[in-house]
Amino acid sequence: MMREHKLITARIGKINPESIDDYLKHDGYTMLEKALSMRRIEIHDHFEASRLRGRGGAGFPVAVKLMALAKESRTPKYVVCNADEGEPGNFKDRYLMENNPHQIIEGMLIAAYATVATEGYIYIRGEYANAMRIMQKALDDARERGFLGKNILNKRFSFDIEIRSGAGSYVCGEEFALLESIEGKAGRTRVKPPFPTSVGLFGQPTLINNVETLATFPSIIDMGGKAYAEIGTETSTGTKLISLSGNIKHKGVFEVPFGMSMRDIIEKLGGGVPGGHKIKMIQLGGACGPIIPEYMLDMVIDFERFEEFESKTGAGAIIVIDDRFDVFDILRRISAFFEHESCGKCTPCREGNLHMLKTVEKFVNYNATDKDLNALESLARVMHQTSLCGLGQTAPTAVISTLHYFRFAYLNRIEESNIEEAV
Amino acid sequence: MELKRILEKYPKRQDCLIDVLLDVQNTKSTRHLTEVELARVSEHLGLPESHVFSVVSFYSFFSMTPRGKHILQVCRDVPCYLNDTFNVHETLESMLGIKTGDTTEDGLFTLEYSSCLGCCDQAPVMRVNDTVYGNLTPDKLRAIISECRSDDDA
Repeated sequence: MMREHKLITARIGKINPESIDDYLKHDGYTMLEKALSMRRIEIHDHFEASRLRGRGGAGFPVAVKLMALAKESRTPKYVVCNADEGEPGNFKDRYLMENNPHQIIEGMLIAAYATVATEGYIYIRGEYANAMRIMQKALDDARERGFLGKNILNKRFSFDIEIRSGAGSYVCGEEFALLESIEGKAGRTRVKPPFPTSVGLFGQPTLINNVETLATFPSIIDMGGKAYAEIGTETSTGTKLISLSGNIKHKGVFEVPFGMSMRDIIEKLGGGVPGGHKIKMIQLGGACGPIIPEYMLDMVIDFERFEEFESKTGAGAIIVIDDRFDVFDILRRISAFFEHESCGKCTPCREGNLHMLKTVEKFVNYNATDKDLNALESLARVMHQTSLCGLGQTAPTAVISTLHYFRFAYLNRIEESNIEEAV
Repeated sequence: MELKRILEKYPKRQDCLIDVLLDVQNTKSTRHLTEVELARVSEHLGLPESHVFSVVSFYSFFSMTPRGKHILQVCRDVPCYLNDTFNVHETLESMLGIKTGDTTEDGLFTLEYSSCLGCCDQAPVMRVNDTVYGNLTPDKLRAIISECRSDDDA
């Protein structure tokens, strides 16, 4: 297994993303047609058999969410596409929006039909001006051809989609913060339960899925859930888009089946590290993911393996860091990021990220003691266990993982700091 | 005048707030919002001013202080850092003669930090208003800045 498995990216490169005719020529919107000819329960069976899990990071089973929304009788119901890809090191959703926008719309339509939802939103981060322009054109073209609006394909099915722009806030990728932002408020999360499928956008039942997840829906209708589940591994079915960046020859987005090793992805697809340097560590998933040493690269891409790090790293970024870089320099940037992006609603995240940054800076500046190490360790645990949303819970992941895998670096730095501890 | 025209484009719904504010800010060469504008927006959408202010102060895209016509936002996250061989920030600071966060005296440029711009495959990256520039080199930076300057002369 050394090559890409192009399933949801199969059309990319063959179609002009701004031409709906190109998309239609490549069998675009035929899976919507197929879905509309199926009974809803059949569609749900396919999603259940596919064992598809969300691609935005948390890896929640898609069929469970779809069924939960389908069962709600309150109307209107919403389908929301989470295109607030702000996790450093991730760019696969931008890649999909800029190169294959109609497939995302088709996925949203299938979701809406299966759950009897009538209104959709795509929440795109404000930084993605180009993706927003392309998605808007795709929506306009789809509406003009009768794929959006009333009585789609002459069926008793009506659905339309609007774009909402983010305004530079990472936490809005968290589902409740995102819904708050669509409602025109500051992006601060809500306490859950209730979950969005029962009380979501404007207090109504809402399905919220990531761009990549929704773009996979047409493939599942096409192949059938069972055939889809045969791709990948026992525990993680299908393909995953990997955003490969950092010190690597070929940066970019690659679609691979679950079960491929990170070493294969980095060396065979990414062409390895340039300039004769060696890999020192990689960060998985983005700023919220663990940093692991080179010797662990034979680990395969799989939800269950990632969960061993107590973090949800399903968004699929791999940031390669070569031997010229210092682990504390990297940690300082990650901590500064979270300190800036915390919404401030809950104390462990608001205060915790500030103190985490201050403590990491002591290590950067050769100014650290054993006490700082202990403080960092307990702070990271508290933040992970008590923060209200995924941001605060995963902000300390990089620190926690390095405390484990790069412990000698911490101990050496304390020794080199040469500070007299106050007695 | 301009403000009125923008407000009329949008339905009087709270969920349009962020889009309205972005629209108002982006049509101004100073790329900032004033208290008067916030009051007008809150009146139009039927929202308390405090709510509008809370949104403006939450999102990093909004500014209540005047900024340059061209806002340079340089990514400072790990994937860009790993590929930044010449220090994009310091290079821009010395080219423009300002510190990060400041605006040049002629009102042309504001230099800002940014969180990840989602273009890590082109690192190091920066954004000038809505346009992303990747694989930056000192020469490219010089070209981008002189292009912005000549845009202004035109």
